[in-house]
Amino acid sequence: MLEALDLQFTILLLSNGVMIGLMYSLIALGFVLVYKATDAVNFAQGEFVMIAGFVAVGALTVAGIPLWLSILAALVAMVGFGFALERVMLRKLIGRPIIAVVMATIGLAAILRGLGPFGIFQGTRPLPLPLRDEPFILGPLFIPPIQLLGGIVSLVFLAGFGYFFLKSRKGVAMRAVADNQQVAMAMGIDVERYFGLAWAMTGVVSALGGVLWGNMLGVDVNLALVGFKVFPVVILGGLDSIPGAIIGGLIVGLVENLAAGYIDPYVGGGTKDFAPYVLMILALMIRPYGIFGKRIIERV
Amino acid sequence: MGDLLTVNNIEVIYDHVILVLKGVSLRVPEGGIVALLGANGAGKSTTLKAISGLLRTERGDVTKGAIEFHGATIHRHPPDEVVRRGIVQVMEGRHVFEHLSVEENLLTGAYTRRSGGETRRDLDMVYGYFPRLTHRRNVAAGYISGGEQQMLAIGRALMAHPKLMLLDEPSMGLAPMLVAEIFDIVGRLNREEGVAVLLAEQNATIALKHAQHGYVMESGRIVLEGDAKTISENEDIKEFYLGLSGVGQRKSYRDVKHYRRRKRWLS
Repeated sequence: MLEALDLQFTILLLSNGVMIGLMYSLIALGFVLVYKATDAVNFAQGEFVMIAGFVAVGALTVAGIPLWLSILAALVAMVGFGFALERVMLRKLIGRPIIAVVMATIGLAAILRGLGPFGIFQGTRPLPLPLRDEPFILGPLFIPPIQLLGGIVSLVFLAGFGYFFLKSRKGVAMRAVADNQQVAMAMGIDVERYFGLAWAMTGVVSALGGVLWGNMLGVDVNLALVGFKVFPVVILGGLDSIPGAIIGGLIVGLVENLAAGYIDPYVGGGTKDFAPYVLMILALMIRPYGIFGKRIIERV
Repeated sequence: MGDLLTVNNIEVIYDHVILVLKGVSLRVPEGGIVALLGANGAGKSTTLKAISGLLRTERGDVTKGAIEFHGATIHRHPPDEVVRRGIVQVMEGRHVFEHLSVEENLLTGAYTRRSGGETRRDLDMVYGYFPRLTHRRNVAAGYISGGEQQMLAIGRALMAHPKLMLLDEPSMGLAPMLVAEIFDIVGRLNREEGVAVLLAEQNATIALKHAQHGYVMESGRIVLEGDAKTISENEDIKEFYLGLSGVGQRKSYRDVKHYRRRKRWLS
């Protein structure tokens, strides 16, 4: 009897981990897209998600626009934000050391989080989606509808962007830009346009992440903290790998949930928040380029 | 034959202060091969980058003079515009996209060309010229040999259907036999596809064998110009670039090393 319950509990933790993990993958995808195309590490990924959440909530509750239009507004706003950010701030940093871009995104993250005390950014706002309340029950699985939706959206976009990079002319060009900017220019590829495109694609992914996570956690400044989970995901999976983002997200989701289920009772809680980072540090020691990350090709 | 490219007395300054080219003029005729010779740091690569527009990625600027291609000035255009007009640079040091497969590398060369059916045919043409690339088409370009990478870089440039190819040191770091093979193919491309070539080389012997005309650069200036035969018979050129002394014997490197041997901080 007890064993059956135990098994049930484990399955619950696993399924929850997979779904949450896929939703981490979605956010990590935003990070990977930028890193793949521009070699820039975006420390403001979580803040992108937060801003998207606020745009959607603002449109829905303050402006009173229907939900689907609010989501569309978040998408458009984030695409615009991505383009604008590249144009105004990051284009000037092309050709500068990569640390310049890193510091710029850290600064941007601080500014965005600093919006907290102002107007709409105060307090936590719910972002209701028209989903049923009861979880789907599939055999031993209990899946909350938002997690199912999140998992499906994540998979669709991960697959879509994966296909884009692998097969399309623009995708190959974008990888070329990431590989060597100067040579890409020599081949007639308009590098700056691709940088803008990469940031805009990150905007799309962040908007979806903002709506999904905003629904689960409520929209407030702390929504940006989801961004911190991106780091263990991409370090495990590889900074520039879309399959890596999936696998990394799944690992982080599973580890988090298993830690919460099996270790928390003994230590009084909180392991969920740091277990992924322990894993990240281990990954850095053993396989610094991640599971699928590109190795530096060195010729001897 | 008319001039395809005219470089007219250009001056290039890096970072607003460092004067690198001090009045360089040269011409490439339609369908010709022109060699640009000179030692390390003479300004050959800078000249090519000024033409292709890649200079601006290195914070360099053409401050005086003009570069004309088909009679239109191009030195104010970004590199992608220059490629669209028909000039492709093959950069020094076999720069391939290491993480892309050989075929994907070639496809990036066709980026400025739109039609898909043509791309397929162009791929076949490139594989025809460089059969070694055929069976490596799905390998990441970072893992193929140096000679193959140079072939890939040239083949990729060919995918853009250039009227003028700027070749920067194709012989660098390659075995003599491979160098000969690559130059033969470049010669064939020139004859069969009508691609004009501006060839920057330290290896004057092989460059002058294929070129009709040559320029010699030193410290950012053209110091000598003439048809390939005249240049290869010039006493100074024999001495300093071809490694032959006045009487035509090979000379020991030891005797010439006082000439322009400097510490290289970067390679």
